[in-house]
Amino acid sequence: MNEHKETEIIIIGSGPCGLFAVFQFGLIKLRCRVIDVLPEAGGQCSTIYPKKPIYDIPGYPKILAGKLIKNLEKQIKPFQPIMSLGEKVLTINKKRNKKIEIKTNKNNKYIAKSVVIAGGLGCFDPRKPKIKNIEKYENDKIDYFVTEPEKYKNKKIIISGGGDSALDWAIFFAEKNYCKNLTLIHRSEKFRGHLDSVGKILKLNKQNKINIILNSEVTGITNNSLTINGKKKLNYDFWIPLFGLAPKLGPIANWGLTLEKNKIKVRNSDYRTSQHGIYAIGDINTYKGKLNLILCGFHEAALVAQSAYKYIKPDKKLILKYTTVSGVNKF
Amino acid sequence: MIKITIIDQDNKEHKLELQANCGLNLMEVCKTNDIDVEGVCGGMALCATCHCHVESNHDLEPKQEAEIAMLNQCFNINKKSRLACQIPVSEKIDGLTIRLVGDN
Repeated sequence: MNEHKETEIIIIGSGPCGLFAVFQFGLIKLRCRVIDVLPEAGGQCSTIYPKKPIYDIPGYPKILAGKLIKNLEKQIKPFQPIMSLGEKVLTINKKRNKKIEIKTNKNNKYIAKSVVIAGGLGCFDPRKPKIKNIEKYENDKIDYFVTEPEKYKNKKIIISGGGDSALDWAIFFAEKNYCKNLTLIHRSEKFRGHLDSVGKILKLNKQNKINIILNSEVTGITNNSLTINGKKKLNYDFWIPLFGLAPKLGPIANWGLTLEKNKIKVRNSDYRTSQHGIYAIGDINTYKGKLNLILCGFHEAALVAQSAYKYIKPDKKLILKYTTVSGVNKF
Repeated sequence: MIKITIIDQDNKEHKLELQANCGLNLMEVCKTNDIDVEGVCGGMALCATCHCHVESNHDLEPKQEAEIAMLNQCFNINKKSRLACQIPVSEKIDGLTIRLVGDN
């Protein structure tokens, strides 16, 4: 096993609670790896409401969710967490010698002494059009995220969707004349993205850099063509449906932990799950009196660091040190 | 007091009596009455976990831009689709019936 792949702590989820847990573990000198299914850190704050103001973070009369994440990233930097982003945790298995092994969808194996699940709402999965046999084409012909734009060079590309993500990528490809043929299909009359994006896409359409088909949906798929509104067929190389992300509990349900209403049940004295060494904090957990607030997740992060420390080093006494006295000593 | 009916995703009918001025929206009404709804974004019209179909004939407040944009990204929508979090409790919704359909 590569030494780099072993840390004392693995945190699953990079939302505000997961990130703040890195800070709390850092103060007691435990190194963390943070794994998140999304390609950027921040969980709901980055994915669902980055531009929304939050008013109940102590010390901040008002802060944008995206800005809160940026601040947390800065705050945890001294503790050099290893960020494994864009990776989905598939399994958690306890091994001998108090070690826990995590396997991900990228075929990586990571080892830690303790795991903290800060999984928020679970995984964010792309909304998938309801089309018969769609799953048959998901590996080779459909991309729900744009991760490798170069593969679309000189290809026939069809993008579906009318929100910011669909517009941003359509503009990106159209402005660069990137594809052999580029079509944007939107199910209604009007686009709902940012006004300047809407203006840009209509201009690119006038310049014949992109075809736009409104009031239409893809209703069928074969290897070579997409059916539009049950009639017209369009040839394509890749189809990129961009209808946003929806939260799903995902693999968490199969980790052998006691659940209650799709949340991980924990003891509220130490946030331990039904398994020793595995903890859960933030929106993913439940206990009597639970409040789903970022503020409460921060509190849980501070306590879980103490709990995991006691689990990893049962013989050592942990003395609480204040940052006003000892500062932040980076790794 | 007003009366409304909420049909959950297991097809179970919940008949509720509410104060017209309780200050809640229908997603919050579900949560306070233990009717299964995720309400992930907390009522910002930024997720569709409280997506519902309005089954009665009520003249509701028109959708705001954020609600239209969110429903535009969903499947299983029809002309009666709304986000429960965007329907405030008021005298206007007396006798309303909604069916929760969720996201996807």
